[in-house]
Amino acid sequence: MFKILQKTQFSEKVFKFRIEAPEMAKHAHAGQFLMVRANERGERVPFTFADWNAEEGWVEFIFMVIGKTTTMLSTYEEGDSLQDVVGPLGVPTEMGEGTWVVIGGGVGLAIAFPVARQLVATGHEVHVIMGARTKDLLLLEDQFRSILPDDHLHITTDDGSYGEQGVVTAPLERLLEGGDADRVFCVGPVPMMKFSTLTAQKFGTPIIASLNPIMVDGTGMCGCCRVEIDGQTKFACVDGPDFDATKVDWNDLRARQAAYRTEEGQSLKAYEEANCACQR
Amino acid sequence: MPEVNGRWIADMKLPRTPDNEEPAAERACDFRPVDKGFTEEMAIAEASRCMRCKRPLCVDGCPVNIDIPLFITHIYNREFGHALDTIRESSMLPAICGRVCPQENQCEGKCIRGRKGEPVAIGQLERFLGDRPELASTPHMLPKSGKRVAVIGSGPSGIACAGELARNGFDVTIFEAFMTGGGVLVYGIPEFRLPKAVVKREIDGLKELGVKFEYNSVMGRLADAEELLGEKGFDAIYVATGAGLPKFLNIPGENLPNVFFANEYLTRVNLMKANSFPEFDTPTKRGKSVVVFGGGNVAMDAVRTAKRLGADRAIIAYRRTEEEMPCRKAELHHAKAEGVEVMPLVSPLEFLAGEDGNVCAIRVQRMELGEPDTSGRRRPVPIEGAIEEIPCDVAISAIGTNANPFAKLIGGMELNKWGYIVADEETGQTTNPKIWAGGDIVTGAATVILAMGAGKKAAADITEKLAG
Ligand SMILES: Cc1cc2nc3c(=O)[nH]c(=O)nc-3n(C[C@H](O)[C@H](O)[C@H](O)COP(=O)(O)OP(=O)(O)OC[C@H]3O[C@@H](n4cnc5c(N)ncnc54)[C@H](O)[C@@H]3O)c2cc1C
Ligand SMILES: Cc1cc2nc3c(=O)[nH]c(=O)nc-3n(C[C@H](O)[C@H](O)[C@H](O)COP(=O)(O)OP(=O)(O)OC[C@H]3O[C@@H](n4cnc5c(N)ncnc54)[C@H](O)[C@@H]3O)c2cc1C
Ligand code: SF4
Ligand code: SF4
Ligand code: FES
Repeated sequence: MFKILQKTQFSEKVFKFRIEAPEMAKHAHAGQFLMVRANERGERVPFTFADWNAEEGWVEFIFMVIGKTTTMLSTYEEGDSLQDVVGPLGVPTEMGEGTWVVIGGGVGLAIAFPVARQLVATGHEVHVIMGARTKDLLLLEDQFRSILPDDHLHITTDDGSYGEQGVVTAPLERLLEGGDADRVFCVGPVPMMKFSTLTAQKFGTPIIASLNPIMVDGTGMCGCCRVEIDGQTKFACVDGPDFDATKVDWNDLRARQAAYRTEEGQSLKAYEEANCACQR
Repeated sequence: MPEVNGRWIADMKLPRTPDNEEPAAERACDFRPVDKGFTEEMAIAEASRCMRCKRPLCVDGCPVNIDIPLFITHIYNREFGHALDTIRESSMLPAICGRVCPQENQCEGKCIRGRKGEPVAIGQLERFLGDRPELASTPHMLPKSGKRVAVIGSGPSGIACAGELARNGFDVTIFEAFMTGGGVLVYGIPEFRLPKAVVKREIDGLKELGVKFEYNSVMGRLADAEELLGEKGFDAIYVATGAGLPKFLNIPGENLPNVFFANEYLTRVNLMKANSFPEFDTPTKRGKSVVVFGGGNVAMDAVRTAKRLGADRAIIAYRRTEEEMPCRKAELHHAKAEGVEVMPLVSPLEFLAGEDGNVCAIRVQRMELGEPDTSGRRRPVPIEGAIEEIPCDVAISAIGTNANPFAKLIGGMELNKWGYIVADEETGQTTNPKIWAGGDIVTGAATVILAMGAGKKAAADITEKLAG
């Protein structure tokens, strides 16, 4: 069992857990992830390491509430335990030289934050572009602000409710034009990653995408997490999750992510109904 | 009465005792065990069929050379404890191997009685004993040596090695990536063929011997060989991570939603209990028309699982014919009785997507048998123009696996060019004098009994080398 040492709520739907996991803390790297099974009946779901501390023996992850598992996780409190936590999994992000632009969209911001923080910590100049549909869905703004100068944080919302109206590619294009970017890292919804990639490609700037297909084991055994890279099948959990974004087959990724939409809805509904019933 | 003047005469008239099966129509609806195993009467009757050969060919056929006529003799004499002890000299996992060994190619395939009739049901007799572990005598434990061994992986190979080592006085820790022990025995082979309780019994037995389990521990990421042997203070490592990555068919459409590798399909149900979704959180696809490519045990397990998840049509599509299928014959027989269709001589060309983007059909090439190839089997060759589409809503590929990618990350030992560990066939020792390895990560996907045997041999060698 893995004890929750600290629970932090960032906004209505965004939480951070600090978990007691001394061995994991010693071996974690930015860009790697862990997998959680909340209880005996739980699904195995992946979350990126947000932070870790080898001396104090803990790791952290940030999650946004979207479906059954994350809804249930949000009800866990400090002192509760998660049934299983396994990691570190995946290949650490390669933090090449130069100035970076880190793009995070939606829940991808939770994954972008630790990467940006690690890049800053290792002496890189970093710009961050935060994108969301609307202001309420913009995660972790304060956290990003705490590691970056104001002019290095660029915010866009689709509906213009906050920051610049539009999508992440507008500030990306400006940064690329101004010569302020040697490398780009992006994570978020497929269309966002796809258009960021096309923009970076226009300028010949290398771009990495952190891909998040559905996973089951996370150890390269099942093949559920497969993605198509340059026409070849790769496993995001052991070959990734980072890949050269210009080589990704985005349609394939989108289709595979959506494969269980019906069941996910059913699962959340059953959970909500059961929980109403016991409160009554 | 088979004994005449103290001489054993087998009952040659008695036909082979049939398996104690659940009715096919009923069992195909749920995950209950297909085969209930022999009763005591059945076991003793079957034991009377064994001729107690002076040169028992069955023993040659068994990869770990169990003294088969001896244990069968003990069964006949109702000395079940002695019978079990006899098996345990060679095999740690009789309840499991009795169920899943490909007996027709091994012990029973060589049994002399099979020449003119039916071989002795050695597997069933072994399982009969394995299911009564309380009858075995308490194993002899050597005094604690204070030496510590790390076993990576809790499949049959890791289990066998850890058990031997613990009895030999070592302090053993098993590191397992999953949240539960057993490897393929729990996530691959379904409940209806190998009940999880049987595997759990073996794991519990190890715990009683003092073996420690560290679950959720992906070695190579959480710690590598260097750290285990250094900072962590282990004196030796046994690597038994099993086979890994599924092999691809390498045809268009392979990544469409609802096209599975068998490992995923089976893991969702066996390990994550997707058959009980939504009480359990992990979902799966309950196809109405399911096609499985392959002809081995994995394919058979996948197709029979599909049937149990409610498929109206569950089809095994194989390149060659039924005769050449590498699966256990019993599984093919069970599958057919449960209503699985076998479609021989087809080779997949492409998975086709329907309007919703999910797989809706498979384009296949019909084959015929041509000239024998180097292995002596007649090679399937395409029949020109014979291309068909098979409609389906779930497709599963079960054509084998590649090496587990973590062997490289664990490090410290040589791998061959396919990523499998190089280890001495007799001792299991790798190119590193402190690391041993065995099971599927050395041989490639093989069998439970071979994995078990490798673990046992390595334990003997580790015991010897660490004593010096
Ligand atoms: C490598 C990786 C790192 C991730 N890191 C983070 C993170 O740091 N913070 C965060 O909030 N989210 C992260 N995610 C996404 C997170 O795993 C999903 O949000 C979570 O699984 C949703 O579960 P649910 O039951 O609440 O939602 P569901 O309703 O089950 O699913 C909602 C969507 O989440 C995705 N999803 C569902 N199940 C899985 C699964 N088993 N594996 C992967 N994706 C799944 C699907 O695209 C699905 O449509 C990451 C995903 C991956 C693959
Ligand atoms: C569906 C299916 C059906 C089969 N049917 C039969 C049959 O009927 N008869 C038969 O004889 N054989 C059968 N086999 C083959 C047989 O199961 C295998 O040959 C055997 O299990 C191999 O044993 P092993 O101990 O080498 O590895 P595995 O059983 O694969 O166990 C390896 C273990 O190591 C763990 N692991 C992997 N990497 C790491 C890591 N880095 N750190 C920690 N732990 C790790 C895995 O999670 C797993 O638990 C079948 C296989 C499958 C998949
Ligand atoms: S271990 Fe397998 S091959 Fe050997 S006797 Fe038992 S069933 Fe036969
Ligand atoms: S070969 Fe058959 S008959 Fe002979 S000892 Fe073995 S099991 Fe008995
Ligand atoms: S999640 Fe199973 S192989 Fe990646």
